[in-house]
Amino acid sequence: MTGTKSHSVLIVLRTAPYGSGLARAAIDTALAAGAFDQPVAVLLQGRGVLNLMPGQDGSALGRPTLSRVIDSMPLYGIETVHVDEAAAVQFGLPLNELPGYARPCTPAELRELLESHDHLLGF
Amino acid sequence: MPLEKMIYSLLVHSPPSSASSATAAHFAAALTRRGHEVLRVFFLDDGVWNGLGSAVAAQDHSDTLALWQDLAAEHQVELVVCVSSALRRGVLDQREAGRHEHDCATLDPAFTIGGLGLLVEATAESDRLWTFGG
Repeated sequence: MTGTKSHSVLIVLRTAPYGSGLARAAIDTALAAGAFDQPVAVLLQGRGVLNLMPGQDGSALGRPTLSRVIDSMPLYGIETVHVDEAAAVQFGLPLNELPGYARPCTPAELRELLESHDHLLGF
Repeated sequence: MPLEKMIYSLLVHSPPSSASSATAAHFAAALTRRGHEVLRVFFLDDGVWNGLGSAVAAQDHSDTLALWQDLAAEHQVELVVCVSSALRRGVLDQREAGRHEHDCATLDPAFTIGGLGLLVEATAESDRLWTFGG
C-alpha cells in the first residue's frame, strides 16, 4: 500500500457459500482489506446469510468450510459481521446459534450501514 | 458547470460472456471520455476470464477483450486479474506459466496478474469504486 488515503469499505455478500467461488472471493477480499489495516465491514444479505449456517462442512466438495474462514475475521480487525435479520429468518439461519461477532440488523440499521461507508463492494 | 474530475476503479467478477463485463468496459470508456481517471480495473473470480488472450469473440457478439485492450492502450487503464482466481482457471502470464510448468501463457498482454492488495489499494486511492457482476 503506497497511498496515504483511506476509504471505508462495506463488503456486501449476497451469494451462498458453495454454489460458486464468489463467496470465497468476498471473504478473501475482506481479509485482505483487514490485513492492510483498511477500514472494512461485512454485511451478509439474501442467500449470503447461509455463509454463517452452523454445522456446514465443505470437505465433501473438496472446499474449505467458509464459516470457519469467516470465524477468522476478528483476527484481521473485522470485529462485526452484520447479518440481515429478515434474510436470516427467510433462510432458516438460527439467530441464537450465531457466533458472537455476528450482529443481526433491522432494515433501519441496514440502511444506516449502507449509507455510512464510502465504497460498497457487492458479491 | 464542469464536472469535478474523479478517480474511479472497477471490480469485475462476471465472465466476458456476461453483459455485465461489456457494460463495465463501456462504462470505463465513458468515464475517460468525460475526463475522469480510471485508475484500475480489478478482475476477480470468473471475471479473470476477461483476460484470457486466446478467446475469440463470436461474430454476432461484441468483442469485450478488444474493449479492454483499447482502454489499456488509449487511456493507460491498469487491468489486473486476481492471481489466485487466475491460476485456478488457467489464466497465466509467462512467469506463472513457467512456474507451473505450462507450455504457454494465456493472459492477454494488456493485463497483469496481481494480488488482492491491489484491489484494497484501489479502494483507498479511488473516489468511486463500482462492482460489475454477481
